[in-house]
Amino acid sequence: MKLKPEDLKKISEKMEASTNLRSGAGRAKITVHMGTCGIATGARDIMKAFLDELEASGKKDIIFTTTGCAGLCSHEPMATIEIKGESPVKYVHLTKGKVKTIFEEHVMNGKIVEESALGRGSERVG
Amino acid sequence: MEDLSLHILDIVENSIRAGSSRVEVSLEKKTEGKNPTENILYLNIKDNGSGMDENTLKIVSSPFYSSKEGKYFGLGISLLKQAALETNGDFKIDSKEGIGTEINAELKMEHPDMKPLGDIMLTIKMLRLSHPEIEFVYDNESNS
Repeated sequence: MKLKPEDLKKISEKMEASTNLRSGAGRAKITVHMGTCGIATGARDIMKAFLDELEASGKKDIIFTTTGCAGLCSHEPMATIEIKGESPVKYVHLTKGKVKTIFEEHVMNGKIVEESALGRGSERVG
Repeated sequence: MEDLSLHILDIVENSIRAGSSRVEVSLEKKTEGKNPTENILYLNIKDNGSGMDENTLKIVSSPFYSSKEGKYFGLGISLLKQAALETNGDFKIDSKEGIGTEINAELKMEHPDMKPLGDIMLTIKMLRLSHPEIEFVYDNESNS
C-alpha cells in the first residue's frame, strides 16, 4: 500500500469533516501528553477516547493537539484541559472512563473534575 | 513500548517537536535469501526538522540524554534502537543541523523478540488529527 500526499489530503479532509477539529473559535483546548512515558502508558488510546468524545459531541470550537513529556512521568497518561480565559488543568492517570467524565464535565460544562486533576498551571520542563 | 506502531508514534512526536513541516514514515518487508525466516522489516522515518549537530548525534541514542532543559533522560530513540537490536537487527540515525533527521531500523521479523507491528494506521490517524499543519507521508510495502 502506498499513500501519496494527495491521498493523505483526502483522508485529512474526510477526518476533519467528521471530527470538526480546529474549526471554530477555540473555546477549549485539549492537549494529550505524548512523550515516551505517555505513549508507553497508553496515551494513544487516551487520545482516541478524547477524539471519539469530540466527534460524538459535534462541537466545532474545541482545539485538539499533543505535547511532550511534562516531567511527571509517573502520573502518565496525562492531558491538559484549557477553557478560554481560565488556567489550564492537568489530569493524570487517565483511563477511557475518566476521559468521558472529564470531557462531559470540564470540556463541555466548565466544571473541573477534581478527583482526576493534579493541579492548575503549565509545566516548565518539555 | 508494546508494539512498533507506538515506537513510530514516539519518534514522529520527536520530529514534530523539532519543528518539522513534513515527516515521512516508510515500512518495507524484504526477504533475504530463500529462507522465509529471514524476513526483515525496514523502518525509515525522515523529517525536515531542526536536526542535530555532530556532538548531539553521537549521544542521542543514549537513554541518559535529552534535549529538554532540566531533563536528564530521554528514552524514545534508545527504546527503538533496543527493539531493533534485540531482534539481531540494526539501527542507524543520521542528522544534519538545519536539514533534518533520518532513522533507519532493521528488524528481523521471525526473531522471538520481534515486537508486533500494532495499529500503525491508528498512529498515522492520531498524528494527522492532532497536527493537521504537518504533512505526514506513510508508505507501507510490508503487506501487513
